[in-house]
Amino acid sequence: MRNRIRAIAFNTFREAVRDRVLYNLVVFALLIVGSSLIFGQISIGVERLVLVNLGMTAISLFGIVIAIFIGIGLVSKEIEKKTLYTVLARPVHRWEFIVGKFGGLVGTLTVNAGFMAIGFFAALLYLTHRFEPADGYLLVALYFIVLEFVLITALALLFSTFSTPLMSAVFAFSLFVIGTFAEDLRGFASMSTGVTKIAMETVSRLVPNFAAFNVISQVAHSQAVPGRLIFYNTIYAIVYAAVCLAASVLIFERRDLK
Amino acid sequence: MQRNRVTFVASAVLVVGTALSIVTLHKIDEVREGSALREVLWIPSAQTVKRMSLGYDGLLADIYWTRAVQYFGGHHHAHSTDYQLLKPLLETTTTLDPHLIPAYEFGSIFLAQNPPEGAGDPTAAADLVKKGIRENPEAWRLWYHLGFIQWQELRNPSLASQSFLEGSKVPGALPWMRVMAAALAQNAGNAETARYLWMNIYQSTEDKMIRENALKRLAALKSDEVVQKLQNLIDQYQQQQGHYPSSFQELISVGWIRRVPLDPLGYPYQIQNGRVVVARPAELPFITKGLPEGSQASNMPRNPSN
Repeated sequence: MRNRIRAIAFNTFREAVRDRVLYNLVVFALLIVGSSLIFGQISIGVERLVLVNLGMTAISLFGIVIAIFIGIGLVSKEIEKKTLYTVLARPVHRWEFIVGKFGGLVGTLTVNAGFMAIGFFAALLYLTHRFEPADGYLLVALYFIVLEFVLITALALLFSTFSTPLMSAVFAFSLFVIGTFAEDLRGFASMSTGVTKIAMETVSRLVPNFAAFNVISQVAHSQAVPGRLIFYNTIYAIVYAAVCLAASVLIFERRDLK
Repeated sequence: MQRNRVTFVASAVLVVGTALSIVTLHKIDEVREGSALREVLWIPSAQTVKRMSLGYDGLLADIYWTRAVQYFGGHHHAHSTDYQLLKPLLETTTTLDPHLIPAYEFGSIFLAQNPPEGAGDPTAAADLVKKGIRENPEAWRLWYHLGFIQWQELRNPSLASQSFLEGSKVPGALPWMRVMAAALAQNAGNAETARYLWMNIYQSTEDKMIRENALKRLAALKSDEVVQKLQNLIDQYQQQQGHYPSSFQELISVGWIRRVPLDPLGYPYQIQNGRVVVARPAELPFITKGLPEGSQASNMPRNPSN
């Protein structure tokens, strides 16, 4: 079972690399170097801040875009190209296929983020000449970004099991946007009454809370991230992704592929 | 062969077309009299910008701050007196990232300076720094900025003294903050107090821009002091001789001074219609005395030490 999932995950990774997904690293490198040079010239007192904010934002946004655009095709592309039938003709369970695809894309995104992180820290070292203990918080922000990838990949995969790629992209991106407003939704719920309050409260609890994962601005100012937040965010991402995967498996198991 | 020709033609069209479109766009801008380039704050609400940032508010704050710096720099360079967008740009910047200390420090300077050096709105500058203090109670330098604005721009030394005192209580604040508080309370801000302040700033920072600024301030204080002394001599000469001296040679000939006095830049002071003036006022931006007729005193950036 593990071998089969691993094989599917590895193939998903290989396919992503073959699709030239890692080309975004070149854009990232240019962005980091260019911004460091330009902002140093045209702004005042924010060289390091710009590097951290831009670097982290780029790692996050590039990953989310890749997660959505590859995630939405994970299942539908296999059906369209009829390659799914050759996979499922082998002794592979449908749920293994889903979990393998998910693992492969999360792996791709993690490797991609890892390369970007190396480039980012190299640029930071070049700018500041030395690392400080507070720079360790940047690793926490990176970890949270990877957790975001886990969530968005699970969502994109879920939509991919029952919808067209275009609609899946719309759904996944919309949920990402709504998720960044999750805390506002809870604020609205607290101001409402009756059925509206219950509906708002329910929606705010169901949508993925992406706001909790964004600590870029905080770590850019060398502010610590509480250990409890790291713990709870990890649990939340794992549980939410598991729920999405379970829903994906349920849909995919019942889907008529003929 | 055919393929090569197509490649050549397509490349030529690409290059020429791009160049032509840029030129045409430039002409369109000319026809529209800059309307396409008008400065607009696309989203006036800082909170809305924060919401729309999708959590990437740190980067957006950096972009807004850079935009504020460029806006100020562009207008300052053009000797403009209209800094309408400066305050909302700074408001958006500091709402997006309340911990962006340079935005409070330099932003308040941009706001407080009199036009054309700045927006000439010291009240808004003080409000901006107060917001910074609320969001960053550990940043003692913001108390310094507040005190400076209250002392130099709002002409309220007692309020400034309180601000310096409050700032001196913040852990890490340099001792001269307390001295400044006492000096302002006692002397309401005389030249000695100012000299003490700038000397401390010069000695306690490694920032090149701040050190140069402090040196210019010290030079201006020195020049003001000398101009006042020379003016007293000229007034005395006028009382004795019945007319103003046309040059310092006349004061030398009566033995009141030994040589033509030089300003801190090394240029000789001049006498114009009985008034002592500096030769190059633009190079002594902070002087308040010895300005030729038609010139205005200005306040340029200053900053406390780290």
